[in-house]
Amino acid sequence: MFYREAGQFKTNYADDMAIFPILQDKIGVAVIIAIAFIAVPLFGNSFFISAVMIPFLVYALATVGLNLLTGYTGLLSLGTAGFMGVGAFACYKLTTAFPGVNIIVWILISGFFSAAVGVFFGLPSLRIKGFYLAVTTLAAQFFLQWCFVRIPWLTNNNVSGAIEVPTRTLFGFAITGPNALPEVRYLVVLSIVTVMTLAAAHLVHGRIGRMWMAVRDMDIAAELMGIKLLQTKLLSFAVSSFYAGVAGALMVFLYLGSAEPDVFSIHISFLILFMVIIGGLGSLIGSFMGAAFIYILPIVLRYLPESLGFSVSPATVEHVNHMVIGALIIFFLIVEPHGLARLWQTAKQKLRTWPFPY
Amino acid sequence: MGSTGGAPGIARGSNQHKGDVLLGVENVSLRFGGVKAITDVSFDIRKGEIRAIIGPNGAGKTSMLNVINGFYNPQEGRITFRGKTRARMRPSVAAAQGIARTFQNVALFKGMSTLDNIMTGRTLKMHSGFFWQLLRHGPALREEIEHRRFVEEIIDFLEIEAIRKTPVGRLPYGLQKRVELGRALAMEPELLLLDEPMAGMNLEEKEDMCRFILDVNNQFGTTIALIEHDIGVVMDLSDRIVVLEYGRKIADGSPDEVKNNQKVIDAYLGVAH
Ligand SMILES: Nc1ncnc2c1ncn2[C@@H]1O[C@H](COP(=O)(O)OP(=O)(O)O)[C@@H](O)[C@H]1O
Ligand SMILES: [Mg+2]
Repeated sequence: MFYREAGQFKTNYADDMAIFPILQDKIGVAVIIAIAFIAVPLFGNSFFISAVMIPFLVYALATVGLNLLTGYTGLLSLGTAGFMGVGAFACYKLTTAFPGVNIIVWILISGFFSAAVGVFFGLPSLRIKGFYLAVTTLAAQFFLQWCFVRIPWLTNNNVSGAIEVPTRTLFGFAITGPNALPEVRYLVVLSIVTVMTLAAAHLVHGRIGRMWMAVRDMDIAAELMGIKLLQTKLLSFAVSSFYAGVAGALMVFLYLGSAEPDVFSIHISFLILFMVIIGGLGSLIGSFMGAAFIYILPIVLRYLPESLGFSVSPATVEHVNHMVIGALIIFFLIVEPHGLARLWQTAKQKLRTWPFPY
Repeated sequence: MGSTGGAPGIARGSNQHKGDVLLGVENVSLRFGGVKAITDVSFDIRKGEIRAIIGPNGAGKTSMLNVINGFYNPQEGRITFRGKTRARMRPSVAAAQGIARTFQNVALFKGMSTLDNIMTGRTLKMHSGFFWQLLRHGPALREEIEHRRFVEEIIDFLEIEAIRKTPVGRLPYGLQKRVELGRALAMEPELLLLDEPMAGMNLEEKEDMCRFILDVNNQFGTTIALIEHDIGVVMDLSDRIVVLEYGRKIADGSPDEVKNNQKVIDAYLGVAH
């Protein structure tokens, strides 16, 4: 009734091709962005901002990255955490070697390092697909994790073997290190995630996104359209790993503040893959939904019983959490591979035609 | 197809004229292990004509198209396209040279809309760089709009306006075949290879498809190689016909010549299959 395109006639292709062609969607997105940029930092307490919102955004960015590869190009990767680690360590090396350059610059440049590593491990994708490709990315994950632990040069020979994030500033505000305020860190993360998500939306709605999806859906026919398979897949690996690398740098520099080398374990790779699956393969909005769901659900499960006056042991919460996530993954894989994003689409479709069934 | 963007299939600066040989197939043989799919077949396709390739199932028709557009490399023989002879090539190179095709079992991009499927056919004609694509501004946006306009003309031509935004996986088979034709037309091919474009269609859909094929050929001068089982359709549409049986050419000529060829009559009336 209230959500429909009736009466909103497109008079030119540019309008029809907009990322959000329907007015209500435009308004919805504007409201969400306003809340994220204004209301959250003004009214959110520091626990909410630094322990919920910042990691959620970082995971969402990594999920967007993996979705470009897995959801849009159809290439499964289990190396996400490894590629994130490359970004984090590259950023650490760069900012300690050249402290004068702004940390934001280094965070973005570290993405190129993981893009290069991603392309390297993506090379076998010309010959192998599916399960076997997943195994090579798994090998990448273990190899990279091994490097993080075994090469002390990466942590500047720190005896604890960990990254300790130095203080870096932007316009006089500390944005990394122990003195950085949660609100400031949040706004930096939010800005980067917003800009990169917009860029991803632009890519997937244009020629490159169509090339990726063509390779995903029918590679023989794609080749027949003149699409070069290897280049297209490698571009997807590069962009996807770039996103992972930036997410990894943000994770260490703006969320954790310090990092043991085993932060970027296979566990994180799976977590992000689950976010992609639950949110919806091939949906950017779904990436945010998936990240919110998987990251925030455990927090809710942990604090909800407490605030309602029940006492539940943390171990029970953990078990319930695993069961819920596990069941949902099976549900989505079998019933709705397009995830929460598709459920949301269906709900919108119902709204559009309400009160009629069609 | 309207005033803008040029019509699909308009010859792109080649100096060939209607009636010249566009594609030559010389002594091509193709084997899969012990299976001889094609044995020593030669024929040509002239610019502007509709050339049918017919024959019983397993005769090697699809394999022939696969050789022409570079999917299979024949063990023997040569292919000459627009005056250039080649032994091996990649399908993406064939695409760049102006060969487009549809498949016997629809090979659309199932998760994408009709519009996106046909837009993908424009890939080779779009050049704006990666960084403009990230911004979706300037050249990237201009190019997107320009090609969208072209694709809309194809959509109008094929009368599929209503399913523009529908994911093609949800379309009925007949419409999928139409979208696949649209995607091939979007490439503005010089040579269009159609592998059983009417298989599995009802009468009305077949008539529509015949009309589209004739229109593409007449209005845009696109050369067409057509595989089709419906002999009536083949006789009506095509200028010349090649007949294959067991991987060999058994007849080649105008519909009338082929119709009266004793070998063809035997093959089709089912002498010992
Ligand atoms: N990829 C392949 N591998 C092995 N044999 C094949 C392959 N493609 C086609 N063939 C064989 O080649 C012969 C011709 O097949 P095809 O070209 O599909 O015939 P048609 O399209 O005329 O029905 C058949 O015997 C078929 O089994
Ligand atoms: Mg066939």
